[in-house]
Amino acid sequence: MADSALARAVRWDTVVGALLIVVLLLSFGTVDGFGNALNLSFLIGNTLPIALIALPMTLLVVSGEIDLSVASTAGLSGAVMGALWNEGMTIETIIPICLLLGVVCGLINGLLVTRLGLPSLAVTIGTLAAYRGIAQIVLGSDAVTDFPTQYLDFASGRIGDTFIPYAFLPFLVLLAIAVVALHATPFGRSLFAIGANEEAARFAGIRVKRQKLILFTLTGLMASLTGIFWALHYASARYDNATGLELSVVAAVLLGGIDFDGGKGTLGGAIAGVFLLGALQNVMSLQDVSAQSQIVVTGVLLVLSVLGPRVARQISVARAGRRAASAPTTS
Amino acid sequence: MTHRSDAGPAPVLALKDISKSFGAVRALRDVSLELFPGEVHALAGENGAGKSTLIKTLAGVHRPDAGQVLLDGEPTVFHGPADARDAGIAVIYQEPTLFPDLSIAENIFMGRQPRRALGRIDHKATHASTLALMKRLGVELDPDRPARGLSIADQQIVEIAKALSFDARVLIMDEPTAALTGSEVARLFGVVRTLREQGSAVLFISHRLEEIFRICQQVTTLRDGALISSEPIDGMTEDDLVRRMVGRDLDELYPKQDVDAGEVALSVRRLTREGVFTDVSFDVRRGEIVGLAGLVGAGRTEVARAVFGIDRWDAGEVELDGKKLTNGAPSTAMAAGLALVPEDRRAQGLVMDMSIERNIGLTGLRTTVKAGLMDPRAERSRSLDWAVKLQVKYARIADTVNTLSGGNQQKVVLAKWLATGPKVLIVDEPTRGIDVGTKAEVHRLLSQLAADGVAVLMISSDLPEILGMADRVLVMHEGRLTAEIPRSDATEETVMAAATGRAAA
Ligand SMILES: Nc1ncnc2c1ncn2[C@@H]1O[C@H](COP(=O)(O)OP(=O)(O)OP(=O)(O)O)[C@@H](O)[C@H]1O
Ligand SMILES: [Mg+2]
Repeated sequence: MADSALARAVRWDTVVGALLIVVLLLSFGTVDGFGNALNLSFLIGNTLPIALIALPMTLLVVSGEIDLSVASTAGLSGAVMGALWNEGMTIETIIPICLLLGVVCGLINGLLVTRLGLPSLAVTIGTLAAYRGIAQIVLGSDAVTDFPTQYLDFASGRIGDTFIPYAFLPFLVLLAIAVVALHATPFGRSLFAIGANEEAARFAGIRVKRQKLILFTLTGLMASLTGIFWALHYASARYDNATGLELSVVAAVLLGGIDFDGGKGTLGGAIAGVFLLGALQNVMSLQDVSAQSQIVVTGVLLVLSVLGPRVARQISVARAGRRAASAPTTS
Repeated sequence: MTHRSDAGPAPVLALKDISKSFGAVRALRDVSLELFPGEVHALAGENGAGKSTLIKTLAGVHRPDAGQVLLDGEPTVFHGPADARDAGIAVIYQEPTLFPDLSIAENIFMGRQPRRALGRIDHKATHASTLALMKRLGVELDPDRPARGLSIADQQIVEIAKALSFDARVLIMDEPTAALTGSEVARLFGVVRTLREQGSAVLFISHRLEEIFRICQQVTTLRDGALISSEPIDGMTEDDLVRRMVGRDLDELYPKQDVDAGEVALSVRRLTREGVFTDVSFDVRRGEIVGLAGLVGAGRTEVARAVFGIDRWDAGEVELDGKKLTNGAPSTAMAAGLALVPEDRRAQGLVMDMSIERNIGLTGLRTTVKAGLMDPRAERSRSLDWAVKLQVKYARIADTVNTLSGGNQQKVVLAKWLATGPKVLIVDEPTRGIDVGTKAEVHRLLSQLAADGVAVLMISSDLPEILGMADRVLVMHEGRLTAEIPRSDATEETVMAAATGRAAA
C-alpha cells in the first residue's frame, strides 16, 4: 500500500493540481489586483472557453485522437450567429441552429477520420482552415455587437459581488457530466482501451469507429457552444473570434497530464491544467506582459507538459527500482 | 550443483549465484547456469518460474541484484543488449520486438546493414542476405514487406533469422517454437544442430517437452525463481522433467471427456475472403471440440478473424444458433455469444499497461454496469473470479499485465473471454507459451466447457494438442479446407498429409 501512495504522490495530475494551488496562493500574496473578486471573475470567465472545449478534447486525446479545428468551429458558429442576427432572427432560434452547425462540423471531422482512416491531426488542420474560411465568407469583416442585453449580461456577468461568473455554473454541470462519462461509464472505459491499444479494443468487441465518431461530434457541439459563449461574453461576433484557441486547449490538456499517445490521464488533471494556464495568463496581463511574450510562455508550458509526465513516471519507476533493491532478501 | 569435472571444456557463458527481484517478486534467487560450446541446453520451468528473467539477465537487459555473469570465465557486466551482441550472444526474446514500419530485411539487419561507399546502406546485399536466411529456415517471406501485420509465427521466424544473421557463439532462444508447426520447428532444429556442430552454445526454452528431448543434451530446471536441478537429459523421462518443474506428478495432459454432440451452434458456409481463404464451410456442434490444423500461413487465423468480424468476408455466411452474423461486426458476434481468444496476446489480446482487472473487465463493459455506470465491485469480483479460476500468478489484481510472465498474460486473455460465458468459443493457439501443468488445466477447462454445451473451435500448431483434444479435425492448406478427419482416424500422418496438400481425403 505504501508503494501506491508513493506512486500517487508523483502522479502528474496531482502535481499540476498542487502547482495550480501554489500559483494561486503566490499570486494572492504578491500580485497587485489579483485577489479581488472582480479580477478572479475575469480570470474564470476568460478561461471558460478553454475549459469548455477542454472537456471533449480530453476525451478525444485519451482515445488517441485530436481536433485542431475547434477554434474555427467556435469562430464559425459565432459568425453564423452574427449573420443570422443581422437577418433579424430571434436569438432563441439562432442558438439551436448554431449548435446544430457545430454538430455537423464535428461529424465531418469524425467521418473523415473513421470512414477514410485519415489521421485526425491532418484532417482537423484541414478543417481548421476550411471552417475559418467559411466564417469569413458568412460574416465578412463585420462585427456584430448588438445582441440582447440579458444574454450579454449572463455571459459576462457574475453572481452579485462574488468571484463566480454566472456561466461558471452551467460549466460545472458539464464538467460533472464529463468526469462521470470518462471515469465511471463503459464508454469512458472503452476510450482508455482504444487510446492504449486500438486493435485490442476492437478484439474486445468495442465499436472503435462509432465511439470516435461520437467524440468528434460532441467536440463540434462543445466548440460551437463555446463560440456562442465567446461572442456573447465579449459582446462581439467576428469571423476571427477565438483564433488560436486550439493551441491553448491542447497545451492545457497536455499540461494536465493527458498523454498525447492516448490511453492515460484524468479529467481533473486536464481541468487543473486549464486553470493553471488561465491563472498564469491573468497574472501576466496584470503585470503588463506583452501578448507575444504570453504566447512564448504558452509554448514553453506545452513543451514542459509533454516532458513533465514522462519525468514523473521515470521518477516513480526509479523509486520502485530502489525499493526493490533494498527489499530484504529472505522470503 | 555443477555437473562436470574440471576436465571438460570451459563454459563460454555462465551465471553465478544470480538474484533478481521486481518489487516484492523474487524472480531469481541464487541461480547458477553454465553454457558449453557444442551443447544445447534446455531451461525448463512453469510460467513465472523466472526463465525469461534469467535470459534477460544473460543478455544485459536486466542487471542482476546480486551475482555475476561470466564470459569465458571472466566476470562481465553487460550494459545492454548491444554489449551482449558484441560479445557474440544472439537472443530471441519471448515476445517479438520488431519495428512494425520497417521491412523484414531492415528489422533483421537493424543497425548493421551492409554498406556501400560513403556509408550508404547496400539494399541489394541486405535483400540477398535476408533471402538466404529465409531459405535456410525454409520459409517464403518477402524481405521487403513491412513487419506490420505479420502473423505471430512469421514474427518469430523473423526474430530467429535476426538471431542467426550473425555468427553467434551463444544462441539464446526464449520459446522460439511457441507458434510454429512441425515442419517449421524441424527446419529450426536443423539450423540449431548445424550451429551446435560448429561449436556454438545454445540455450533453449520451450513448454513443449518433446522438443526439449529432441534437441537438448542438458536441462536446467527452475521453480519459483530457484534452481531445482541441472543435469544431462540422457536417461530422463518426461515425467521426471515434469516432476522437477511442478514439484508433483502431473495429471493427464489431454483430459478429453466424451460428449455427445448437440445441435449445430456455429455454421460457416462457403466463406471466402479474396486472396486469403476460399470456400470454407464447416459446422461446430454444441459439446464438440473441433480442431483446426494446418501449416503456418494456411489461413486458419484468418478464418477465425473473419468469423468473429474483425475482417470482412467477401462471400458466404456465418450462423450462430441459426442466426446470421453481421459481416465485420465483432460487437454483434460477441452479443450473439461468440468469443475469440486471439493468437497475438500483446497486440490483440491485452492492453499491456492496463491492469489485470480492467483487461478482463473489457469484455464485461455491457454486463458489469449499474444504471449506465460501471459497477467497480461487480467488475472486480468478475475479474478476480476468473483470474483465480485460471490460476493467474500475480501480486495484485490492479497490477498492469506487462508485469506478468508470458504464460500468465496468456491466462489473462483466456480469463477475459471465458468470463463472457460464450456459446461458441474460438481459441487461436490457446496454450501458446503456457506450461505443461497449466496446459493440462486449460485442456480440462476446454473439455469441461464442451461438456457444458459450449461449441469449441480450437486452432493449434501443437499437433499432439489437436490430436489429444479434438473430436474432429479440420485441416486447411493454402486457404482451403482440405480434410475433415474424425477423432478415431486422426493421426499425425493423416493430419500432416492434408496440411501439406498430399491428402486424398
Ligand atoms: N518487469 C517486471 N516487473 C514486475 N515483475 C516482473 C517483471 N518481469 C517479470 N516479472 C515477474 O517475475 C517472475 C518471473 O517472470 P518470467 O517472465 O521470468 O517467467 P518465465 O519463467 O519466463 O514464465 P513464462 O513461461 O510464462 O514465460 C514472474 O512472477 C513475473 O510476474
Ligand atoms: Mg518467459
